Amino acid sequence: MKCDRCPKVATFHITDIEKGKPTELHLCEECAQKFKYTSLSPQAPSAPAQEAGMSEGELEQLERLVCPTCKLGFREFRAQGRLGCADCYTAFRDELLPLLENIHGEVQHVGKAPRRAPQDSRRRQDLIRLRSEMKSAISEELYERAAEIRDQIQQLERELQGESQG
Amino acid sequence: MELNDLAQRRGEWLRGTGAESDIVLSSRIRLARNLVQFPFINRADDTVRAEIERTVRSQLTDVSLGGPRTYLEVDHLERLDRQFLVERQLISRELADSHGARAVYFTDEENVSLMVNEEDHLRMQVFHSGFDLDACWQQISRLDDQLEDCLPFSYSQELGYLTACPTNAGTGIRVSVLLHLPGLVMTGEVKKVFTALQKINLAVRGLYGEGTQAMGDFYQISNQITLGKAEEKLIRSIKDVVPNIIAYERRVRKALVEENRAAIHDKIARAYGTLRSAQAISSQETMDLLSSVRMGVNLGFIDDLPLATVNELFLQIQPAHLQKLRKTVLDSGDRNAARAAYLRRRLTDASSASDTTLG
Repeated sequence: MKCDRCPKVATFHITDIEKGKPTELHLCEECAQKFKYTSLSPQAPSAPAQEAGMSEGELEQLERLVCPTCKLGFREFRAQGRLGCADCYTAFRDELLPLLENIHGEVQHVGKAPRRAPQDSRRRQDLIRLRSEMKSAISEELYERAAEIRDQIQQLERELQGESQG
Repeated sequence: MELNDLAQRRGEWLRGTGAESDIVLSSRIRLARNLVQFPFINRADDTVRAEIERTVRSQLTDVSLGGPRTYLEVDHLERLDRQFLVERQLISRELADSHGARAVYFTDEENVSLMVNEEDHLRMQVFHSGFDLDACWQQISRLDDQLEDCLPFSYSQELGYLTACPTNAGTGIRVSVLLHLPGLVMTGEVKKVFTALQKINLAVRGLYGEGTQAMGDFYQISNQITLGKAEEKLIRSIKDVVPNIIAYERRVRKALVEENRAAIHDKIARAYGTLRSAQAISSQETMDLLSSVRMGVNLGFIDDLPLATVNELFLQIQPAHLQKLRKTVLDSGDRNAARAAYLRRRLTDASSASDTTLG
């Protein structure tokens, strides 16, 4: 029997019960290892129970995984089931893809797309990052630094506004 | 429009017209969108939430929702008013109970609503009475286009529209129909339907959505998958399955009447009688009895009561609606008495005059 996730031979046969509904999974050893900590849906039980099967190293790695833009930790996402910003999808990509595949059965969007190309999206994401940096600067009482960041934010906002009007 | 005036009105999803409206109360499509320049709500403190709300408000002035509209700052509303909007399905429970700046826009017809700062920055929805998902899609897609012209949305080529919860990523669409299935519930057949629906990745929920129990034999059927299939295909998956459920419900009703006409008639007549004479009644019991009455109207056992009135009562006996109609705050015991009085009046009026005017 072939692994449900990759071309290898399935050696693990898992019955997963979600919302009272059993689903069967046939996985190779490698995919089964991944499945251990990615099979959870966002409403799934709390993280510690899910992580029981993980090694110290794996846990530590997960602990360190943080979105650089909004500073959400992957573990926090796991506990709440909500991501912190659009960049989390990039920051947690390797962890999210199997989860998305589990939920949707696909990992490539098909359907409606914005008509307007998001040329300015990089700068908008910079805005998110700068706002979060300004907040931590204020909380650390680094007011000069906060003022610098504020000026950068205002500059970016002016640019973006100018373009959307132009 | 004044919130208090709404209580007298029926709203689109209870209008009781449109295709298959004896069984399909309403069709609904919602889209989840996030603005690219802000973190998701989860990481947005009250300052950022206020900024998101301001941004949307400033951009929405030129966007048409398809008719005259109301804008409400949900954080400035009383608890009762928030509950009232939840009962009308204009806002979600999540928006009602959340914190910080948040808002809702809706049209006078109540067929379009747009929530700001719910689980995602924007949650827009379009309702149509009866079974008409194509009309919902055309309308909401147009609204989405208009919004996108002035508000840039988070989007990736790979994962589509990016949402706070990965369960909504991709299209961000939820397609749902609200069905009244008293026959299938009565015969226990409804379980088979649910099992079959789950197998094809469709979700079944109660009247007020996620986590609510089914009241009055109302069920919402909706898609679970949002990524990897185009909107039209996801809509198709609901559109294809609903006629089968409708046919099943009709078949079961027919069989019930053929096999046990007297017992069914008795159940319906007793339900109608109780609603017209009770002195105190809970909303749960009212919903259950109204469900029998609704089926009785559809089967012709009750001929002096318009279906639209029954639909309307399902909403107006809800706790916040009742208090709005009585223009006073009532505790649960007083509500049960007020509900019974309201039902007696409406059902006696309706049967004596077959009058469909409201109020």
